[in-house]
Amino acid sequence: MPSVEFQGKNFDIDEDGFLQRFEDWCPEWVDYVKDSEGIKDLTDEHNKVIEFLQDYYKKNGIAPMVRILSKVTGYKLKHIYELFPSGPGKGACKMAGLPKPTGCV
Amino acid sequence: MAKHPTPLLDQLESGPWPSFVADLKIGAENRHKNEKGLELQIPEDVIDDLLGVLELSFKDGTTHWKHGGIVGVFGYGGGVIGRYCDQPEMFPGVAHFHTMRLNQPSGLYYTAEYLEQLCDLWDFRGSGLTNMHGSTGDIVWLGTRTEQLEEIFYELTHTYNQDLGGSGSNLRTPACCLGMSRCEFACFDAQKMCTDFTNEYQDMLHRPQFPYKFKFKFDACPNGCVAALARSDFSIVGTWKDDIQIDQEAVAAYVGGEFAPNAGAHAGRDWGKFDIQAEVIDRCPTGCMSYEGGKLTIDNKECYRCMHCINVMPRALRPGKEKGASILVGAKAPILDGAQLSSLLVPFIPAEEPFDEIKEVVENIWDWWMEEGKNRERLGETMKRLGFQKMLDACGMEADARHVQEPRTNPYIFWKEDEVPGGWDRDVEEFRKHHQR
Repeated sequence: MPSVEFQGKNFDIDEDGFLQRFEDWCPEWVDYVKDSEGIKDLTDEHNKVIEFLQDYYKKNGIAPMVRILSKVTGYKLKHIYELFPSGPGKGACKMAGLPKPTGCV
Repeated sequence: MAKHPTPLLDQLESGPWPSFVADLKIGAENRHKNEKGLELQIPEDVIDDLLGVLELSFKDGTTHWKHGGIVGVFGYGGGVIGRYCDQPEMFPGVAHFHTMRLNQPSGLYYTAEYLEQLCDLWDFRGSGLTNMHGSTGDIVWLGTRTEQLEEIFYELTHTYNQDLGGSGSNLRTPACCLGMSRCEFACFDAQKMCTDFTNEYQDMLHRPQFPYKFKFKFDACPNGCVAALARSDFSIVGTWKDDIQIDQEAVAAYVGGEFAPNAGAHAGRDWGKFDIQAEVIDRCPTGCMSYEGGKLTIDNKECYRCMHCINVMPRALRPGKEKGASILVGAKAPILDGAQLSSLLVPFIPAEEPFDEIKEVVENIWDWWMEEGKNRERLGETMKRLGFQKMLDACGMEADARHVQEPRTNPYIFWKEDEVPGGWDRDVEEFRKHHQR
């Protein structure tokens, strides 16, 4: 299992750069990932998406459907891609520390 | 000398059918020779290692790819299928072995020049292995590394004007039969419609926003050469409204033996002299044809347009002139609640550019399914769960006898409250006045 060190923190990740354990998430993780996800500066809008994903995951044990993410944050899918260029799954979920999306992707 | 011994795979080089093993070995050899002097961007021995890992799977009877994989290009939520080998030390060449889907041209017509250009790029930045084509229709590029994805995408879009295909919970790459390009049965321009829909719904194709995957397929007649009815959530199948066109002289030529039935499709065996009564008239599913006094007649009002007679005598019979399409919806593979073929939704709809009538149906269904569909629920399952009537309502359509193969046999019939005099609010005391306990 590869692991990375960033600003004094250690993260176990998989080949796709997803955190192996949600509990390992910390704000430094977001800083570490953002470059590889094509994000220059984190804004409140980024944080709003990340916070919602984490809340939803903690409550429901799964990531929300795209439609729910849009509805709750008020961001259209287009805007979510503006915030997270690789999209809600590979981009936002990875930064929020959620498990890697699965299924027929 | 091969990098890994492959005694089991070697057996698949014998026999008459083109051997994928032989092809892989040629591919591996070509990479080692590298006659064009390419600066190969992924390991030179990627194909050797693929053969190695496949041999290992043959030996122990199990796959050696890890679960899942999430990679892609910025701006898109799909198009690349990430894959990692679970024995990366033994087979470093395929430690990353991602698949890229490229949106194919409708009908799969190519020029050599175009394919060569694509091959040059793929030899340079990928494994050189392909699947022509994936079941959904895409050109499939088998095996590259994560660092190459954006490089390949840049080159594809900037140099070759070529986009990725779809993957994930979105509109997958649409596909069609070859339609009017070389088939006299085509009832609409399937290629044009396929290309038009692909372009119109690019956003749905590249950025997953559905409850689950959704596929379009376009068959220009009921023969179903792209299997729309079985392999697409939204199946468009060409048909006609008026009479089958009959050329009596050509019918006589079939009867006389000058024209071979089914265009000679059964020439490999002696089936005897063509017997129009046994092979056409008696096989018509509705029995709406007759052949008397050397004249073929069709009671078109009773014709299902099954294509059988036209398929048998293509030089004598043609689809009608008033052409269009039927829309059927809901086909899916077994997971989760059982396989489905598409069910007839619109018996006949115009199929002319810009295809607005069909797009309206598409968008009504999406509005409904995107709102009501559960996570990872195919349209066919949403229909089953909420009922066909709900989808008719969503599309603003009236129920029609053609919507069913047979009426329901159970009596569990729901009524809307406003259809029932007095509604649902009843007072039990009122009932007791007439019926003692």
